[in-house]
Order: sequence, then structure tokens, then C-alpha cells
Amino acid sequence: MPIRVVDVSYTYQPGTPFAATALKGINLTINEGEFLGLIGHTGSGKSTLIQHLNGLLVPTEGQVLVDGVDTRVRATRRAIRQKVGLVFQYPEHQLFEETVAKDVGFGPRNLGLTEDEVEERVEEALAMVGLDAAKYGPRSPFDLSGGEMRRVAIAGVLAMRPQYLVLDEPTAGLDPRGRDEILGELADLHKRLGLTVILVSHSMEDVARLVDRLVVLHRGRVAAEGKPRELFQRAEELKRLGLGIPQITEFMRRFSELHPGARTDILTVEEAVEEILRHLRRRGHA
Amino acid sequence: MLRDITLGQYIPGTSLLHRLDPRTKILGSILYILALFIVDDLPGYLVITVFSLVLVALSGLPWRYVLRGVRPIFYIVLFTLVLNFFLTPGRVVWELGPLKATEEGIRLGIFMGWRLLLLVLTTSLLTLTSSPIALTDGIEYLLTPFRGLGVPAHELAMMMTIALRFIPTLLEETDKIMKAQMARGADFETGNIVQRARGMIPLLVPLFVGAFRRADDLATAMEARCYRGGVGRTRLRELKFAARDYVALAVSVLLVAFSLADRLLP
Repeated sequence: MPIRVVDVSYTYQPGTPFAATALKGINLTINEGEFLGLIGHTGSGKSTLIQHLNGLLVPTEGQVLVDGVDTRVRATRRAIRQKVGLVFQYPEHQLFEETVAKDVGFGPRNLGLTEDEVEERVEEALAMVGLDAAKYGPRSPFDLSGGEMRRVAIAGVLAMRPQYLVLDEPTAGLDPRGRDEILGELADLHKRLGLTVILVSHSMEDVARLVDRLVVLHRGRVAAEGKPRELFQRAEELKRLGLGIPQITEFMRRFSELHPGARTDILTVEEAVEEILRHLRRRGHA
Repeated sequence: MLRDITLGQYIPGTSLLHRLDPRTKILGSILYILALFIVDDLPGYLVITVFSLVLVALSGLPWRYVLRGVRPIFYIVLFTLVLNFFLTPGRVVWELGPLKATEEGIRLGIFMGWRLLLLVLTTSLLTLTSSPIALTDGIEYLLTPFRGLGVPAHELAMMMTIALRFIPTLLEETDKIMKAQMARGADFETGNIVQRARGMIPLLVPLFVGAFRRADDLATAMEARCYRGGVGRTRLRELKFAARDYVALAVSVLLVAFSLADRLLP
């Protein structure tokens, strides 16, 4: 079952001089098992939109249906929050318990599970983010490195066993290695468990390789939508929206200007190498 | 949710009240409060009420928004009315069991409630039309003469500036942490008082950790720019009285004079 966002508009502080419309008539369907990238400039409405997906915000107009259930219904909101796991930006700022195990167990405990089940989920969730529960469980979350703290925080959401995992800029402020590790783990979760992942980012580089589909937000509206390869062919349009295309895609676009016939729908360096070699070889033979 | 608080908020604008020197507005507010507490009869109240409404009009702010700022004190006003009705000795006009409402009590209650409403309404204009920075600048200037008495004017003003600066930041942070914990099934709204207090831990711990982290960063950033207190510090924007400030202060003084006359003359 999908998450359906139907004609959703949202206004912050309506009726005051500070009223600001963050979303304007958004229509979006997120299918189960999908890896979706949500891209937009600062202030495009990304963060507002994802808070609608688990009922933290309810639309001023329109509706959000999670597996057919309207998020405006109070009674089912808890169930929706369990189903749609939301990882905020800098999630390590929400850690509060004395130990990693207790912090990761916060969600499951709120679900009313027994201690045995909580422990099982803590181990499972920590393993998902590549941390050993025996080693990290008893440590204080405040003694960990930035990257480790972030993974513990993500584990805290995974421990709820969500069907949908929404992450707001999960790699912000991490070094390249930390970034690659987190993105690798997400790709793995998606592939291995069939988890539906919604990745919010303003970096094309990050999401291009991973996602099945990209949705571009601009000033509270869906400005463009499609598979990354297709979308990046519309580079000029994206630039107008204040977004670039991955460097390697840009490189191949310029390469093809000098070498007509070379493919431009390239997303990774490996693909580029292959395409350039293929192109040069073909020319050599001609 | 938490961002809906209007009290103490600043709304940028270019009205006469916005352009007044913050010192004028602070001193004017003090004089206004003085006058408000001196008048004691209907004509006096009417004059002050009209004066207050003129001020709101001069602020150029939407009436509804300004009036909404008064809403939080509704219960205090109600409380004042009821207490005064029944607890003032005098000629009894109405009885409810052992409670006796008196004519004097009704009179006093209405005046007190009225006074509170005007007090909040007009003083809220001070923060609505002055940026926090302007306000603390004004306070610093006004406190400077008391330096000799050991009042650390600059340090007090700097502390206030920083505190005010971080209120929205902390509110935003609170909002975010609450949402993040709610996303993990936390419940801040139900349960008895003990459960609710316990429920605040997941909110308060990260909030304090964050506040200390910010304080640390800020201190480092200030030191990196050679901040060392108020000694020898000059300002980018000096506060200067304009003609309108003298007029505004004169009007405020007249208001106090009027209220004295109202009180003392029969």
C-alpha cells in the first residue's frame, strides 16, 4: 500500500503577519518498496512535506493517506508514526538516554513491548546501522563520534520496525567516509528488507546513484519528477531551480559536446569510465 | 505549535512608533504605567483608553493581532474582577450564599480589570514595535548613568541580547525535538502529572545538551572576535534623539500631569 499525498497545502502560523505557505497543492504517491529521492533548495518545503508523511503536521488543505488511512484521524496517528519512521536532520541531537541500548529502545518501549522484545529490536536495529550491540549498547551515546551518534539515532527509528523510512539530510555534516557508510547502509536496507526509503537531500550527488525516482520541490510545489537519468537530461531546468546535476553527469554532457554520440545519462564515475572507453574504442575502430 | 506565542514578538515596520528611539519608548512606557495607576475615575480612564487606542493605531499593526496579545491575561482579569466584587467592603448589592458583592467592589473590580487590560495592551506595543536589539541598546544607554553605583550596564544588556536572540532558536529546537521523539512514539500530552513530568525527560535532556553546546560555540566565536566586555567598546549605531522623541516624551509627561490633576483635583 502506498502513501498518497493529495492536493496538500500547508501554511505556517495562519492568520498572523508571519503566515507563510510552505506547500501548495502537492500531489505525490510513494509506492511500497520504492527508493525515492526528495530534492529541493533550502525553503522549498521538503522538511514540511516529510512531517506530513507521519502526521506530525496535518495539511491545511488536502489529505495524506498512509496505507489508505487519513493522518488527520487522531486515533490512528500512533500507528502511522510506527509505520512511517522519520529521521530528522541532525538526529543525534535527540539522543538523551544514559546508554545507547536504552536510547535505541525508547521507541519500542513506547510501543509497549516486553523487555525481551525491546532488547531483540535494539540488537537488530544497531546491526542494521553496522554497530555491534554488545560493544556499543552499554556506552553513553554522548561519548560516541559524530558518525556513530548519527547511526545510533537512525537505529532508534529503525527499532520501531517502520515500513517506510524517511530521512532528512542524513549525511549533513558528516565526512565523506561517514556519508558513504550511511548511504551504503540505506541502500542495503532498501535492497535486503524491501524497506521503502524516502531520502531528502539538496545534494544531487548523494541521491543520484541510489534512488529509483526523484521528486524536485520548488517553492512548495512539485517542480519536476522522474528517474534520475531522465531528470538529469533536463539540466538547464534544474539549474533554474537552483539545483545542479551530479558533477560526473555534467562532465559527460560536456564530453558529448566534443564527442557527439557519447551517452550523457551517466550517474557514476564507473559508468563514465566505461562509456568513455566504449566511445573511444568505437571511434578508433571507425 | 510553540511558535504561535505572540507575546514579546517584534513585528518590523516603519510606523511612527517603530521609528521612535527605544529609550523614548521605554521611558514613555514607564510614564504611561505611572499615569495608568494614578487615575481613579471614569473620565481619567476614558482619556487613557483613548490615548492607548491612538497608540495602537499609530503602531500601524493589525488590530486583531495586537488585541490577541491580551488574550493570555483573560483569566487574570476575570480573577481580579471576581475577587474585587466579593472582597471589597461596602454596600451589598447582590448575595450568593456567603458571598456578598458590593457596589464599591464592582466599581473597583471593573477599574482594576480595565487597568490590567490597558497595561498589557500598551506595553505589548513596546516589544511589538522595537527589535530586541534596539530594546537592549536602549536599556544599556538608560543604565549607563548607574555604572558608578556598580551596575554592569553593558554586561546586563549583552546577557539580555543573547537571551532574547536564543528564544526563537530554542523554541524551534524544542519543536523539533518534540516532533522527533513523537516520531518514536513519545507522548507529551496524556497521563497524570508524574507520567507527564517523566515524559519530559526525552525533551529536556537534548534541549539542555543543545543549549550548552550553543553557549560554548557562541563563547568561542565571541572570543575569536576579541570580545572582552564593555570597556572601550564603541557602537556601530549610536542612539540619537530626534524631534519626534522629544515630542513623545513631552506627551508622556503631560499624560502623567493629567492623571495627577485627575486624582488630586475634585
